[in-house]
Amino acid sequence: MDKFTKLTGVAAPLADINVDTDKIIPADYLKTIKRTGLGVALFSEMRYLEDGSENPNFVLNQPAYRSAEILVAGENFGCGSSREHAPWAILDYGIRCIISTSFADIFFNNCFKNGILPIVLPQAEVDKLMDDAGRGANAVMTIDLEAQEIHGPDGGVIAFDVDEFRKHCLMNGLDDISLTLQQDDKITAYEDKQAEKQPWL
Amino acid sequence: MSGSRTLYDKVFDAHLVNVQDDGTCVLYIDRHLIHEVTSPQAFEGLRMAGRKVRRPEATLAVPDHNVPTSNRDKEIENEESRVQIETLAQNCADFGVPYISMNDIRQGIVHVVGPEQGLTQPGMTIVCGDSHTATHGAFGSLAFGIGTSEVEHVLSTQTLLQKRSLNLRVNVEGDLPLGVTAKDVVMAIIGELGTAGGTGYVIEFAGSTIRDLTMEGRMTVCNMAIEAGARAGLIAPDQKTFDYVKGRPLSPSADQWDQAVEYWSGLFSDDDATFDKEITLQAADIAPQVTWGTSPEDVLPISGAVPSAGDYDDEARQNATARSLEYMGLTGGTPLQEVQIDRVFVGSCTNGRIEDIRAVAAIAKGRQVASNVNAMVVPGSGLVKEMAEAEGLDKILVEAGFDWRDPGCSMCLAMNEDKLTVGERCASTSNRNFEGRQGKGGRTHLVSPGMAAAAAIAGHLADVRDYQD
Repeated sequence: MDKFTKLTGVAAPLADINVDTDKIIPADYLKTIKRTGLGVALFSEMRYLEDGSENPNFVLNQPAYRSAEILVAGENFGCGSSREHAPWAILDYGIRCIISTSFADIFFNNCFKNGILPIVLPQAEVDKLMDDAGRGANAVMTIDLEAQEIHGPDGGVIAFDVDEFRKHCLMNGLDDISLTLQQDDKITAYEDKQAEKQPWL
Repeated sequence: MSGSRTLYDKVFDAHLVNVQDDGTCVLYIDRHLIHEVTSPQAFEGLRMAGRKVRRPEATLAVPDHNVPTSNRDKEIENEESRVQIETLAQNCADFGVPYISMNDIRQGIVHVVGPEQGLTQPGMTIVCGDSHTATHGAFGSLAFGIGTSEVEHVLSTQTLLQKRSLNLRVNVEGDLPLGVTAKDVVMAIIGELGTAGGTGYVIEFAGSTIRDLTMEGRMTVCNMAIEAGARAGLIAPDQKTFDYVKGRPLSPSADQWDQAVEYWSGLFSDDDATFDKEITLQAADIAPQVTWGTSPEDVLPISGAVPSAGDYDDEARQNATARSLEYMGLTGGTPLQEVQIDRVFVGSCTNGRIEDIRAVAAIAKGRQVASNVNAMVVPGSGLVKEMAEAEGLDKILVEAGFDWRDPGCSMCLAMNEDKLTVGERCASTSNRNFEGRQGKGGRTHLVSPGMAAAAAIAGHLADVRDYQD
């Protein structure tokens, strides 16, 4: 996956709470056997009208936000199904950072596997950023992963926490699997022990 | 192994391969279930990196989301669905992973098949690229959903990188009133916790009501732990669990049985284990439930009425409620029993097992599906279907006007031919009522099997207690 160090881009506001992964990417699009190409279907129910044309009221269809790279979202973002197609669609669209007060567990994990940084902040900070994101073309923010800081359009700086190991993998574009395979001897040791204690497994 | 621990702690600790400096745990995964939707990209990743599946024998694959529930002898019409299933079959052949094909009688919904085949056993770690993997926690195993990248990680390494979750105990005490089932219990729990109340936690379900549930009832409860935001749900195993597991194709063999039971008997939370959060519900307070909105937490007893946006103080909630009501085509104040329905769906990994079908047949017997309703029953596996037919349940259902189908995820999620059309309203025994879940513009009301049967007969949401013979 691509490294994530510093991201400067327009932030789009999506204040709805409990945006579930069916809303992020409906089941129809899960028939793909690829990871790419889902950006066009991101938020499709909210983004397109009955006839397939764009819904002008949806934030990502507005000129200022079409190239948004950051999303400021309502609580419990990404709840529901474990479909990793949700972060794939978000990434394919071009968004690499999501900010909210809370994320559903599985979605949160899936983001990191794809080089997307989900940031959890308290309500007051998210409210401020949601407000900032409402400034249209001026809603430009910089997400500095190394310093763990968000720089807002008016020069304000908000600090955020992120898990050390995940930060390390994101900043270096590291593949989880090859890292784990370095511990192959430990995995084998576990399997040998288990074969003795629980032979029926 | 000192200090008092919860069941979750015990199972988690027993599977630790390594703890990294920053606290990230490498957790061994005993069993990996696979289906066609969340695996293609994982196998592709293995190929690209030149890796093998570490333990094919600890893996089992079955197609369920895309399979049609009728005309199974014909080729699947939808090309993408057909390709996805063919891809799974090919991947399993290439990598040596055991595969149950669509026309094998053992085929069905992955979370029905696992327990049925004896793959699911107490004390295991079990994962699958599907959030309802939580179902298997009913056996006292740590079971949870993962994304495709993690599927690839498990295939390659038989491990996952995990952080410990917090412990939440949900106690339910007392005898269930007539007409109230495991489904109603878990719906009431979700109503209490909210869809994010369990986020960051693993839930242990305990209390006399839980103990009194059958294994299928326990599976229904654990299945929906994810809807409260919890990673997983667990119920400590007991004699009921051991009796269910015994003698199944993948269960411990006869000569290993006693040793396995001895190990499993140690799987319970210590008396003095502490939980980070704990709630208790009284079974006597639980009535047959129904969801009115577009979140599993939008739950009310059937005797209730549709809420209004103004019932809430919080602006975000008011907006969410107004949006839900508009999507669902409902007006605040309408008694739930006046809500007409168009479709009824009985099935899914939540309620697609033999006891669920018996419950529907018991109410359907001698009655007729209302003329304004199209009702279908989808057994969770070929073996469930076979058993139901041996009991004559299919005849009862067909005579009453239900459509009797082949096994699969069906109308739980609109990935196969079984979908709602725009505006169609469905009483469903599945697990999610999100916008568009069962079909674009489709309106879902989650209920228990008995409640679904009552709604089918009445033609509107109805109280199953009025149909008890």
